[in-house]
Amino acid sequence: MSLLEVTDLKVTFPTSDGLVQAVRGLSFTVDRGRTLAIVGESGSGKTVSTQAILGLSPRADISGTALFEGVNLLQLDREQLRRIRGAEISVVFQDPLTSLHPLYKVGWQIEELFRVHQPGTGRAEARKRAIELLGLVGIPRPDRRVDDYPHQFSGGMRQRAMIAMSLALNPKLIVADEPTTALDATVQAQILELIGRVQAEFDIALILITHDLGVVAGIADEVLVMYAGLVAERADRRTLYYRPHHPYTKGLLESIPGSTGARGGRLRPIPGSPPSLIDIPSGCAFHPRCPYAMPVCAAERPPLATVTGGGGHASACWLPHEAVGLGPEADALRLRAKEA
Amino acid sequence: MLLEVENVVKHFPITTGMLVKQTVGHVRAVDGVSFDLSPGETLGLVGETGCGKSTLARCVAGLHPVTSGRVRFDGDDITNLPRARMRAYRRDIQVIFQDPYGSLNPRRRVGSIIADPLVVHRVSRGAELRRTVQELMERVGLNPEHYNRFPAEFSGGQRQRIGVARALALRPRLIICDEPVSALDVSIQAQILNLLKDLQDDFGLTYLFIAHDLSVVRHISDRIAVMYLGKVVELAGADELHEHPRHPYTNALLSATAVADPDEAGRRRRIILTGDVPSPIDPPSGCHFHPRCPKARDRCSAEEPLLVPRDHLVACHFPVEAGEDLTASGRRPA
Ligand SMILES: Nc1ncnc2c1ncn2[C@@H]1O[C@H](COP(=O)(O)OP(=O)(O)OP(=O)(O)O)[C@@H](O)[C@H]1O
Ligand SMILES: Nc1ncnc2c1ncn2[C@@H]1O[C@H](COP(=O)(O)OP(=O)(O)O)[C@@H](O)[C@H]1O
Ligand code: SF4
Ligand code: SF4
Ligand SMILES: [Mg+2]
Ligand SMILES: [Mg+2]
Repeated sequence: MSLLEVTDLKVTFPTSDGLVQAVRGLSFTVDRGRTLAIVGESGSGKTVSTQAILGLSPRADISGTALFEGVNLLQLDREQLRRIRGAEISVVFQDPLTSLHPLYKVGWQIEELFRVHQPGTGRAEARKRAIELLGLVGIPRPDRRVDDYPHQFSGGMRQRAMIAMSLALNPKLIVADEPTTALDATVQAQILELIGRVQAEFDIALILITHDLGVVAGIADEVLVMYAGLVAERADRRTLYYRPHHPYTKGLLESIPGSTGARGGRLRPIPGSPPSLIDIPSGCAFHPRCPYAMPVCAAERPPLATVTGGGGHASACWLPHEAVGLGPEADALRLRAKEA
Repeated sequence: MLLEVENVVKHFPITTGMLVKQTVGHVRAVDGVSFDLSPGETLGLVGETGCGKSTLARCVAGLHPVTSGRVRFDGDDITNLPRARMRAYRRDIQVIFQDPYGSLNPRRRVGSIIADPLVVHRVSRGAELRRTVQELMERVGLNPEHYNRFPAEFSGGQRQRIGVARALALRPRLIICDEPVSALDVSIQAQILNLLKDLQDDFGLTYLFIAHDLSVVRHISDRIAVMYLGKVVELAGADELHEHPRHPYTNALLSATAVADPDEAGRRRRIILTGDVPSPIDPPSGCHFHPRCPKARDRCSAEEPLLVPRDHLVACHFPVEAGEDLTASGRRPA
């Protein structure tokens, strides 16, 4: 049994402009101790889908199931969810200032976790563990910094403090939503290294949400590419980067500077822009931007189907299963399929 | 040379006191920067947040008076020119800003936003103005029929195209691009990079291109300057800088740049720097990078290294040699 098993998750928001269909039937699993990366452009539903599962989307209409160790999170009441969130599943957000309380000392906020979730813990013990945790995530002189307020920390240190908090109660799963997007490259490298290290050390499963395929290449076991609230493609890391099937994945990879050969040459962007989630294109939502779109694409939604044998590689696209890869050969295959 | 920047310094005073302002210190945002740009060239400027890239850009564009130093455009000294005399150069030097959301007035129609520079400089009006604006919109990939729409009705990438059209309106010779693609998703970023490249080829534009992402800068630039705490620490041809980086900070920055290639990412030996970028209010003595530098020695905190040619320009007492290992395993911890 997987640690987390999400099936047919749908999330909508009623708004004055119409119904926003943020997540439209998302399924995925995360195994113990593994890293699942969820990538996709902004607005593709990465944040909404994980927040819905964790009960952090109060204004949303949610359906589907999300089994965490066999328990459906979507059926729990607020109090039950709050207990799981924190103790068994913890969350690290992009902007630690929104999740660290500005008026309380950083150490106190970590100690508070023990007080709430492990009421037997004494004051001195909680403080000692808070200092240990700050040291573990690389805060220099943690015994002194434990009494600092969040604004006395730099951006990188606040993100470290958030990671310390997320580790406090030995969770089985950490959800990290763009944990390094607000940070500079050299600090981002520090934080990613830290996340990888503690995850391996404590055997924690990780859902890493990002819009940056570069960040994922080094650490994900499996990658889920989202487009317009659905899985476009799912594969292990190497397969996704070297043998992508879905034209959207291919487009993302080819848009990266340096990916298409010589410096200064032309990049191959995906034309157009992501769709409005109130008025989603019919069939395959990617069809207005897809260079290989065929008549069937606008008519019918492609199911998420296995492509190349084994390995869990699946893609939601009507192109033939063997149309994988980035080179001209794969391209020719895709174009032939389109002509046929 | 189209642009010559000579030892430009920009300090912002820090003041306290409610009634009588007292200067208690300075933010040394730009601290002695020199470079030049030939016509048709692109110079990339990279560095982490707060290192002074935007401030330098504003100094070059004449939007900030400089504290000291010289800026020359096409041979003319344009340093701290009075407004009226700067006007003549404003046509030649345009800026595209980072934030496609914040830099456009939400209450004005896109057509009139793009028309602004043409109106201010009395270049055209009436039906001709509208035609010129619509041609510009078409050129940057916007639908000319959307002339009367408001910025909110455009996506991030389209708003950046509006910024490009506005910068292009006066047919400038130099465009300063301050993080024009940083806020965009990668697929949209690629569209804008292609557009900038095409416009450069068509109009012979010269770019000063600022970004914090080295792979973007390498793609678009002929030469790259790396900034750290108000100073240029290394300046070299784009490929040369990537293949033979000599400043330890450039090495760290390169090794921290994410690559979308699992095998390459696995082989990559990261130089993990300790600590964060220090404050430009009270920068470290000697070499500003010394508290984080894996190669730092006594001399580094005592004496400031100058930007001097060592193969290419680098400001370091002990530049990195080819094949040298700066990772934690290659060096004893500091
Ligand atoms: N008007 C101002 N008054 C005081 N300090 C300023 C002012 N403008 C900029 N600074 C400071 O000068 C330094 C350099 O800022 P600048 O905006 O040039 O950085 P940057 O390299 O463009 O950073 P980013 O990558 O975040 O855009 C920073 O410490 C900033 O806080
Ligand atoms: N509370 C809300 N009300 C209406 N729409 C929302 C709400 N929260 C998110 N959305 C919309 O849901 C879509 C997916 O958002 P999100 O999951 O945040 O995207 P991302 O993939 O960038 O994390 C977006 O179109 C967003 O505007
Ligand atoms: S289903 Fe059709 S439109 Fe969608 S990605 Fe595949 S080929 Fe393109
Ligand atoms: S001068 Fe010294 S501290 Fe500065 S970069 Fe060179 S080796 Fe490092
Ligand atoms: Mg998000
Ligand atoms: Mg800036």
